Amino acid sequence: MQAFDFATPTTVAEAVELLMGRNGDARILSGGTDLIAQLKEGRRTTSLVVDVKRIPEVTELRYHPESGLKLGAAVPCVVLYGDKEIVAAYPGLIDSATLIGGKQIQGRASFGGNLCNASPAADSIPAMIVHSASCLIAGPDGQRSVAVEAFCTGPGQTVLRDGEFLVAIHMPAPPVRFGAHYLRFIPRNEMDIAVVGAGASVVLDEAGERFEQARVALGAVAPTPLLVAEAGEYLAGKPVSEDVVDEAARLAKEAARPIDDMRGSVRQRKHLSAVLTRRALWKAIERARG
Amino acid sequence: MADRVIVNTSINGEEATLLCEPRQTLLEVLREGLRLTGTKEGCSNGNCGACNVLLDGVLVNSCLVLAVEAEGRSVTTIEGIALPEGLHPLQQKFLEHAALQCGICTPGFIISAKALLEENPSPTEEEVRFWLAGNLCRCTGYDKIVRAVLDTAEAAPSVGSFGGETP
Repeated sequence: MQAFDFATPTTVAEAVELLMGRNGDARILSGGTDLIAQLKEGRRTTSLVVDVKRIPEVTELRYHPESGLKLGAAVPCVVLYGDKEIVAAYPGLIDSATLIGGKQIQGRASFGGNLCNASPAADSIPAMIVHSASCLIAGPDGQRSVAVEAFCTGPGQTVLRDGEFLVAIHMPAPPVRFGAHYLRFIPRNEMDIAVVGAGASVVLDEAGERFEQARVALGAVAPTPLLVAEAGEYLAGKPVSEDVVDEAARLAKEAARPIDDMRGSVRQRKHLSAVLTRRALWKAIERARG
Repeated sequence: MADRVIVNTSINGEEATLLCEPRQTLLEVLREGLRLTGTKEGCSNGNCGACNVLLDGVLVNSCLVLAVEAEGRSVTTIEGIALPEGLHPLQQKFLEHAALQCGICTPGFIISAKALLEENPSPTEEEVRFWLAGNLCRCTGYDKIVRAVLDTAEAAPSVGSFGGETP
């Protein structure tokens, strides 16, 4: 691996100062499951690695039934799904946390890192989108917040400017009769990169027969993970039925704009977008009904 | 640029001071600095699990950890698994079931299986297979490994009976 300097700031301000000192050349280290592999392969280069895991806000995990979830950007998957309250409140998030890599990857890999790596096929991003997550970003001009669906701007590209880094991800507390699910298609049982991933969340009426709100998100079908706003808008106010869910799945298929590559063809990915959206919605409905 | 750094850590329950470059992985320093060569290098990119260790009790790939990250933390390697009275039950069962052929993947499997049994002392076969999915073995076909882990659990089903250096 190439040589670099290493720093372990203990405050957000100190981290920003370190980043500013290298004119965009410094890299943030969280779990390292992408960064270290990329540095080894020469796919990324850097003169300074900034390990943010000694900054309290970046490793904080706090859930409150009213204010929601504050997920520090470097909290590893294993810590997230080790918390029973969070498992119950954010099922879509947990679906993705338990299928990213094997156990030893989950011991290090974080949602913040998955987001900043900005892979179009990242499993955690559609899950965070359907949980209405937002990103808390710190930089030389202070802090700002960006919706997760607006964070990635292309493969490996994000809205982060020089000197900025992702501190934490916030998710609102789920309302009553809320359910969510994330699933993906891979050609084996586990440990693979999504051919297509789909997340869905719903809020149902008291009878559990009508959608009050819904969100649908897709992965691996566009240069960035995709919020399918049309599907959510269509579902709001509609009765829960096969036809309605099928129409939302069709809208997701329309929104998908995949490419052909070694993992799948355009045709297969379009087809899977509908199939997985339908399955994600029905599982979310089942969970919302409790 | 990139001067050597002093890292104070704990390896298998003993305090250790390492002098390493920031670019060195924990795997590299364990093997080449400390000569703890039980931890194996397989793929070196987080796919095969041969280099698995416990970092503060959490299962990780040591090829994807920088040695400098071990500052103030505790590392358990395969060398810290055996008990004072002899082999760890998992090591014994791996022998009895002939759950290894070339042996390169074995330390990683034993570390992973130890982490599993500490969290879930009586796993089902499916749970064992899913937990060990991040460890690759190109010889055994996995079946003997799974049977060795299940047999270890059956022989000593209570939590804490697996010993070792996990904090």
